[in-house]
Amino acid sequence: MENTKILEINNLHVQYITEEETVNAVNGVSLSICKGESLGLVGETGAGKTTTALSIMQLVPYPPGIITDGEIIFEGKDLIFNTERENQEMRGNGISMIFQDPMTSLNPIMTIGEQLLEVVLTHKKVTREEGKRQVIELLKTVGVKEDRYNDYPHQFSGGMKQRVVITMALLCNPKLLIADEPTTALDVTIQAQVLDIISDLQVKFNMSMILITHDLGVVAETCDKVAIMYAGEIIEAGTVEDVYTVAKHPYTRGLFESIPKLDDKNEKLVPISGSTPNAVDLPSGCYFHPRCKYKQEICERESPTLKGEGHQYKCHFSLFEKEELG
Amino acid sequence: MKPLVEIKNLKKYFTVPNGYLHAVDNLSFSIPEGETLGIVGESGCGKSTLGRVILRLHEPTSGQIVYDGMDITTFNDEEMRKMRKHMQIIFQDPYASLNPRFTVSQIIEEPLKLHKIYSNDKERKKRVEDLMEYVGLSKRAYNLYPHEFDGGRRQRVVIARALSVNPKFIVCDEPVSALDVSVQAQILNLMIELQEKLGLTYIFISHDLSVVKHISTNIGVMYLGQMIEKAPKNEMFKKPLHPYTIALLSAIPSINIREKKKKIILKGEIGSPINPKAGCRFSLRCPFAVEQCVSCDPELIEVEKNHFVSCFRYKEVIDGTLKYETK
Repeated sequence: MENTKILEINNLHVQYITEEETVNAVNGVSLSICKGESLGLVGETGAGKTTTALSIMQLVPYPPGIITDGEIIFEGKDLIFNTERENQEMRGNGISMIFQDPMTSLNPIMTIGEQLLEVVLTHKKVTREEGKRQVIELLKTVGVKEDRYNDYPHQFSGGMKQRVVITMALLCNPKLLIADEPTTALDVTIQAQVLDIISDLQVKFNMSMILITHDLGVVAETCDKVAIMYAGEIIEAGTVEDVYTVAKHPYTRGLFESIPKLDDKNEKLVPISGSTPNAVDLPSGCYFHPRCKYKQEICERESPTLKGEGHQYKCHFSLFEKEELG
Repeated sequence: MKPLVEIKNLKKYFTVPNGYLHAVDNLSFSIPEGETLGIVGESGCGKSTLGRVILRLHEPTSGQIVYDGMDITTFNDEEMRKMRKHMQIIFQDPYASLNPRFTVSQIIEEPLKLHKIYSNDKERKKRVEDLMEYVGLSKRAYNLYPHEFDGGRRQRVVIARALSVNPKFIVCDEPVSALDVSVQAQILNLMIELQEKLGLTYIFISHDLSVVKHISTNIGVMYLGQMIEKAPKNEMFKKPLHPYTIALLSAIPSINIREKKKKIILKGEIGSPINPKAGCRFSLRCPFAVEQCVSCDPELIEVEKNHFVSCFRYKEVIDGTLKYETK
């Protein structure tokens, strides 16, 4: 793995502003990803994972969404100041995205061949024949047979559709792939097939990848690094190895304890009490304090800063202190 | 323990334009009182239909459903209505299964009114309050509407409603699938607690194998309308015998980074349940399929105590001569 940063996000803030309310979707996210690396972005519903991804793609719907602060540096250039034309150039060629629901990301009245060819012809200076050849070649790589080129999306099953969407995202050899819950709508045996394809292609094309998911298992099997999001912040980040071995933030630990394990012990689950905060009205201090079992007076008052090198976490207390407090 | 629910040769075929969709195809099993039978399988394998047919929310095409010694398939509407006090269902989506115009208390007391369980309002109100406390809803929630709650609390309301008539048997159809993991654990714990306290019997339908493993006594694996393997949960995870179960279990993404599992990647996808051909339904994807698998139907047989499997080649799986190649 080379150590050049391909994407760097600093202090990103995104809000959705309407007349009635302001939703604080992303509240100061910083992350970076190197060439060839895969990062798992994990969090529950409403944690700001998808908004972060849309910000990178410069696709936050405006209005009501607006990036209020921060920088998104891709290959040395801040995307926020890009013109729409530059953005179009960047999407597909530089950064590509796979969305959660393959049913809604394909055009139902175009054959998949036409849709895929359109991508190639828009971004590359090639002839129709050459474009078609490239499309068919990549379709074969992801396991879609050539004779399906003229089929419509509704003729494909969910897993097959997702393969078509993956093909679409990879046609222009992007340097960074953002996969937003690419397997959530799929069954577990099909999920295994699709994750296998994504991982293979990532290595083959030496792409960087951000995999957005709520499934910690999927991240463990596909990613090098992981970042855990809560209420629009990254509250813990590091290598999968570090975070999964010793989680340092109480929320991360809570997540691991709430997942039923597959061993024989059948231990009782330890849920996190309460539920995720409303992004319109976030708690004071540390956003997690109302649900935290180690809560102290300072947690209600002050927002913690990100601590640690490499393995970072956002909590006032270190793990050992927490054990004593608990 | 005597079985509370017993299913015999249950079939449910839906008529579709080009034939019959075999949603539930000849299932037979029983659930002892106080136990949980987990049903797993991929989308379209008929697990939800099974849950509904058992409660006769869909009329079975043929077969028997015996509840507490009574064959309820012979019951008329009036008898069935009385039966529903004993058998309840919890649906997947707590956003769709609650009437948005009813307050929480109205929702919970509705079944009590329908079944005329309390003659006076005061007793009924007391019962609703008790139920709310049971499932961990605060008194403050009494006059609130469903939209004022998040998914987890809504599912608590659904559970309280199901429990209101004191059922013995509950079909839980993906009750935690719409919830985030931190909340999912709260609801799972609640359901286990209630089962212990009230001696409930569950059918727990889910596509999430780790959740099913956590809550079930026995697990049944369904594939295209049929049950292909059934075993006590630990046995199932330690020694799966059907090639599909083996592949399915290996495909679960694990959070244990110490033990990297060997994944089996199945080729192809679940087939169509419309007019299925003879032979084992899994034979199209099964790398071990032989002539016999395509031409004859395997039967679900008990190969070890409580461990049922429907595969012609299970003996070779047991002595380890039949193995998947893994990557």
